[in-house]
Amino acid sequence: MDFGPFLLLATMEGLVMAAVLALTAVGLSLVFGVMRVVNVAHGEFFMLGAVLAWFVTASVPGPPALGFAAALVVCPLIVGGIAALADRAILKRLDYDPEATIVATIGLLYIFQQAALSLYGPDARPVQAPFDWRLQFPWFGYSGYKLAVVAAAALLLLGVRQLLVRSRIGLVMRATQYDRETATAFGIDVDRVYALVFALGAALAAVAAVLIVPIQQAHYLMGGDPLLLSFIVVIIGGLGSLRGTVLAAVLIGLSDGIVSVFFSPTLAKILATLLVALVLVFRPQGLFGQRAA
Amino acid sequence: MTGHRGAILGLHLGVIGVLAALYFVLPAYHVSNLARIMVLSVFAMGYNIAFGYTGLLSLGHALFFASGLYATGTLVQLAGWPAGPGLLAGIAGGALAALAVGLLALRTTGVAFMIVTLMFAQAGYLLILYFGPLTRGDEGYVIDRASRVVAGLDLSDDRTRYFAALALFALALLACLALVRSPTGRVLVAMRENAERSRMLGYDPFRYRLIGLVASGLLAGASGAAYGLMFGYVGATFASIQYSILPLLWVLLGGAGTVLGPFLGTLVMFYLVDLSSSVTTAHLMVVGLALLALVLFARKGLLGSLRERALPWLP
Repeated sequence: MDFGPFLLLATMEGLVMAAVLALTAVGLSLVFGVMRVVNVAHGEFFMLGAVLAWFVTASVPGPPALGFAAALVVCPLIVGGIAALADRAILKRLDYDPEATIVATIGLLYIFQQAALSLYGPDARPVQAPFDWRLQFPWFGYSGYKLAVVAAAALLLLGVRQLLVRSRIGLVMRATQYDRETATAFGIDVDRVYALVFALGAALAAVAAVLIVPIQQAHYLMGGDPLLLSFIVVIIGGLGSLRGTVLAAVLIGLSDGIVSVFFSPTLAKILATLLVALVLVFRPQGLFGQRAA
Repeated sequence: MTGHRGAILGLHLGVIGVLAALYFVLPAYHVSNLARIMVLSVFAMGYNIAFGYTGLLSLGHALFFASGLYATGTLVQLAGWPAGPGLLAGIAGGALAALAVGLLALRTTGVAFMIVTLMFAQAGYLLILYFGPLTRGDEGYVIDRASRVVAGLDLSDDRTRYFAALALFALALLACLALVRSPTGRVLVAMRENAERSRMLGYDPFRYRLIGLVASGLLAGASGAAYGLMFGYVGATFASIQYSILPLLWVLLGGAGTVLGPFLGTLVMFYLVDLSSSVTTAHLMVVGLALLALVLFARKGLLGSLRERALPWLP
């Protein structure tokens, strides 16, 4: 293949990655933005979504599309429920102290990993794509499903934005993020908002995982990469800014896709991790400010 | 404080003495475990200097351990250095890695510091994988028996290894004790308690935090270098995030900011996993539940609670 088509392929792969990454990272960003909790177990919510998707599609009879649709609805609900429980049982009792919650979510990370390993096993298992359709370019054929993932992620992100900006519950979330004390004074049940936000963040990661699982198999250790990349995206994008997070996801997804195709995936990750460390050191407002990327 | 000087010295020398005596009492399996625990608890002691005394919650200490491990491993096994200079290079490697990370990461505090150290450690882990043809990545490589002789002592021999581990442990323990009782150690604690007030008193927080972090990295590197030579294996797993979490867990369990806490935490956790493996293979679950239980019910750890209730003089 020539350079041009090769670059096109790399760009499309990067876009798919960016789409999934944006969903996962928005979940992480929402939790940090509203609750000021660094959720180290976020990648495990992603993994749980993928593993549950395998269980759901395997147990629903009929065409693969039906099972996949069921997974798309059921998995985020279950994962969101688990997250809400974890918030109520653990994070709330720690009073959302930053250091304690980090240690607690590390504990959750190990518990989820072990649960998946014990109940699901150490194998990576595939989930069939809901449809099998190929887009034929002059140089190569490309999976239509991957393009559908990009479209679905874009729709979902738009939905999250509408939820935050237009709905009452979105307003309550933003009020809590802005000033917890005042929100309480205005009769907002902050505990419920926190449980809801934590569940919503986890559900977003789970949806992203269900979307990616026909492309990348479900495995109990698959949560590491999305966690790391979400951190990178959220930090570079600037917290509290949905637009910044999505922009950074596209930037990181595309450059990761392109560097991975032309050089090596490991090199791409080394560059991204070092970039994030330096952003944090020299532009700390990227972490705590409202500045868009 | 000075009134308890005898008790403090006696307690710590007593622990070292008991460990020496245990070699003659315990069966071979536990002797080998204990040697491993002593070396790893030097890593935990290093972590404790940063986290327990200076108040720096790092999520990247695997980088310092791995720097020691890989500096020694590479020089001894791949470049053919003798083990003695290799060991020293490993110790220096841990301190230098901490200096480099500290110069950048200490410009941040709190959550940002945790993430920056996590990212640097991850970059280090990925670098080891990137140079796979040399480091053999996750699979790792073995250091030959013949190259594991330091000053005529063959570290692959069980008895030599046990007492070498004990010597390293004793040195690290007494050095920690001396450090935290020294004026510098007091300033480190002041940084943990209130950095602004210490700055007002004329102590530069950046400088003292850097001292704490480098001392911490030096011990982590020493532990890594010794681990490589004593157990003869070098692999990328030791650079992974799990090895940044484990010292945090050990220190939290034993008691952050206590001199003996890291050793106690390493010992208890090691045997908790070891004993639970006869009941279940779910090691990760044990680690996860231990972290949750500690953070929910016993923030101060074993020795921290003991100091609070009964022994206020415990260093």
